[in-house]
Amino acid sequence: MSSIKQYTDLYKGNTEVICSCSNGVMNAMRNEALKSLEEKRLPVKGDENYEITDLEAEFTPDYGVNINRYDFGADTANAFRCDVPNMSTWLYFSFNDTYYSSRTASISLPEGVIIGSFNQIAKQHQELMSKYYGKLAPKSNAAVALNTLLAQDGLFIYIPKNITLEKPLQLVNILNATVPVMVNRRILIVLEENAHAKMLVCDHTQNQEIDFLNTQVIEVFAGKNSSFDLYDLEESGERTHRVSSLWAKQEEGSNLLVNGITLVNGHTRNDYSIEVAGEHCETHLYGMAIAGNKQHIDNHTEIMHNAGHCSSNELFKYILEDKARGAFCGRIKVEPNAPKIEAYQGNRNICMSPEAKMYTKPQLEIYTDDVKCSHGSTIGQLDQDAIFYMQARGISKNEARMLLMQAFMADVIATVRMDSLKDRLRHLVDKRLYGKLALCQQCSSDCHDIVNNIEQ
Amino acid sequence: MKSSENTDKNRKKENEEIIQNAANSDYKYGFVTDIDMHIIPKGLNEDVIRYISKTKNEPEWMLEFRLNAYKYWLTLETPTWAHLDIPEIDFQDISYFAAPKQKEGPKSLDEVDPEVRKTFDKLGISLEEQMRLSGIAVDAVMDSVSVKTTYKEKLAELGVIFCSMSEAIKDYPDLVKKYLGSVVNYRDNFYAALNSAVFSDGSFVYIPKGVRCPMELSTYFRINAKDTGQFERTLIVADDDAYVSYLEGCTAPMRDENQLHAAIVEIIVEDRAEVKYSTVQNWYPGDKDGKGGIYNFVTKRGLCRGDFSKLSWTQVETGSAITWKYPSCVLQGDNSVGEFYSVAVTNNHQQADTGTKMIHIGKNTRSTIVSKGISAGLSQNSYRGLVKVLPKATNSRNFTQCDSLLLTDTCGAHTFPYIDVQNDSSVVEHEATTSKINEEQIFYCNQRGISTEDAIGLIVNGYAKEVMAKLPMEFAVEAQKLLSISLEGSVG
Repeated sequence: MSSIKQYTDLYKGNTEVICSCSNGVMNAMRNEALKSLEEKRLPVKGDENYEITDLEAEFTPDYGVNINRYDFGADTANAFRCDVPNMSTWLYFSFNDTYYSSRTASISLPEGVIIGSFNQIAKQHQELMSKYYGKLAPKSNAAVALNTLLAQDGLFIYIPKNITLEKPLQLVNILNATVPVMVNRRILIVLEENAHAKMLVCDHTQNQEIDFLNTQVIEVFAGKNSSFDLYDLEESGERTHRVSSLWAKQEEGSNLLVNGITLVNGHTRNDYSIEVAGEHCETHLYGMAIAGNKQHIDNHTEIMHNAGHCSSNELFKYILEDKARGAFCGRIKVEPNAPKIEAYQGNRNICMSPEAKMYTKPQLEIYTDDVKCSHGSTIGQLDQDAIFYMQARGISKNEARMLLMQAFMADVIATVRMDSLKDRLRHLVDKRLYGKLALCQQCSSDCHDIVNNIEQ
Repeated sequence: MKSSENTDKNRKKENEEIIQNAANSDYKYGFVTDIDMHIIPKGLNEDVIRYISKTKNEPEWMLEFRLNAYKYWLTLETPTWAHLDIPEIDFQDISYFAAPKQKEGPKSLDEVDPEVRKTFDKLGISLEEQMRLSGIAVDAVMDSVSVKTTYKEKLAELGVIFCSMSEAIKDYPDLVKKYLGSVVNYRDNFYAALNSAVFSDGSFVYIPKGVRCPMELSTYFRINAKDTGQFERTLIVADDDAYVSYLEGCTAPMRDENQLHAAIVEIIVEDRAEVKYSTVQNWYPGDKDGKGGIYNFVTKRGLCRGDFSKLSWTQVETGSAITWKYPSCVLQGDNSVGEFYSVAVTNNHQQADTGTKMIHIGKNTRSTIVSKGISAGLSQNSYRGLVKVLPKATNSRNFTQCDSLLLTDTCGAHTFPYIDVQNDSSVVEHEATTSKINEEQIFYCNQRGISTEDAIGLIVNGYAKEVMAKLPMEFAVEAQKLLSISLEGSVG
């Protein structure tokens, strides 16, 4: 029996509570989600595109779901520990799956920009939100349907026509509980014509002794000539299970960059699905993962070119140590009516230990002739000659290996389109490689005491 | 200005037309040989299998093998994972055995039915010619029964066994029993099970220890009778330090109905031995509207069992309405080497899902994959490959390159590589490109007085050269011709 049943039963038994602690926009979708879950099972290991990840197993344990929205007492101070030096942001954060904004956040936002938690603003902007919510993420995907069924809050970002956000947005997700908890997060991002924004999302787990299941669905609508950058940084814990998916649609002339960085995690499955619907779009999809111990990281990407004269660039890099498991599956699809596409996909992996395993599946599906597409994939080790070269010049073996690994990750960091964030990431990656690492909260010396700065 | 624009447009149109014409070539090998055929009624059940086995005078263990496979086949469903659109096949609507009627086996060439020999003459593989000139030993399989094996005596002197599978079952039961099904078990997949149950004939090759086979061995397959599936089975065993180069060619006459071809090729390579297996596949691809053609669902696998053994697959695929084929290497012995070179051309409504599997089990094993796909017309051409490096296959090395060339805007080219590495000392590389034929190159040729048609021919042949160079000489010439025929109109 599929583990889906325990969640549908939970919903059926508590429909009223779930709906009353949520909002009209999200409630409107639940029945459809429930219907699509009937007779369905979650993908298991060995299913196509789930070669190493068993979603059924991820969802099987008995997690608590905070359907009554009890306040767990957010330790909000920690939210600000991942402050990026020299980068001022509009800061929002979620505690488990409740969304908050810092007091300063809503001040000085350009006119017309709407940012806030679903529960706060759904009444005012119901029509606008309903127009977009749940329109990209397909409910045929069981993980998405489960999220749609149970998610009670989310973050809504709306940037109107011709508005450019001067500062990046930052969302800090914090997991903390004393019993195993399932959290369902939702982000909806809408950019109208010629709107421009950047966003950084950080994932943290405070209580490392507890199992968490974190499902997340992000939907991005990029309007005509808009641009949007999304940096998704995961620094959770070994007992955190994350099942995240991003669904984006690009209109004519838009420019989308998504960068998924996994530095510390337990079990992670990320799906990225980008539909390029208009001509002259640029799509950038990057990612990196550094995994040790028994970490498990599986990225699945799909870029669908439905219109001509577009370019897409994709690069994912992994360093696997100890018993880590890595998987990458990338698909570029060019439809028959999409000429003059340039699409590149790269996946480079380093296995550092005999027990590390990497699985990769870069795919091209091309239905027209006027294209330039390529993909490349390698799995290997650090160059022994290069290490020897450095040793011969008095650099210790360990130091030499570090230098090579830093250089290996440099191309993914170089794709970041914010200088201050680039520096920060370089610093975090270096620390991660040196193994001191762990959480960035321990390294931020310039934390502000802003506990009082929070409004709920 | 305007006039030059017009000429440009005209030229572009012309070029497009020439490329479009590629779809208009007709199948050169579409003729039917009118000889007495022995065909059993359509349908598949235990009696049919017993009948096949009895007709072929097979021993009891062989019948058992077939029946086991049949029972297992009944439990399976047709695989649907390939990037292919396969119409439903009614397995009860196929005749499972067709053999040229002959009372006794021919003792010399003169005794072979003149019609059969004419067929081969049309194919350009006149037995006499080949015997005299090229010194290739040909085992011609026509609708499943081996007609004539040439140069058998000469090979026998060296201890090389090259005969039909039916003879091998009779004459060398121990060898067949030992190796048959050891690489491709009947439980392997749907079509392997079907083949194991009903296979009619095929070739058997055994190269004894230390023998270097002095000539290239060759089998020519041809599907002749209407509505018969061809299920042949090839088994090649190269003992320690042996070497053999094996050629396989396939054609089928033009038929409107689809015909099923589900073969198995098994190869066993022992210590320091080397096997080179080359295929030129030219089954009838169906007409311009996608009517008819052969469904080619083949399981080919080689086991490099010995240390320092080597297996090399080379294939030129120009035919079949649907191709589903993954010649694979299981690199079990330490330091063993696997190679796969492929050119796959699809035109009109053809579909191909082809590639390879390289399973690295032994230490220091190496594999190379070079795959070139050319799609035209409305065809779909996919590369699907698996490279798997197991934890104990330390210091293994793989290099994969798969390129696709697109000639029209209605065709498709796809790449589905699966890479699974389970240790830290192996290096696996994969690269793939997809692009259309380079207009600048065509323009460059045009400038120098080479017509667009010839230019495309030059470019395509140059593109496939890396693989063609791996074919034995006799085959390379034919393969180049085939490439031209397949893309006739666009290739000079």
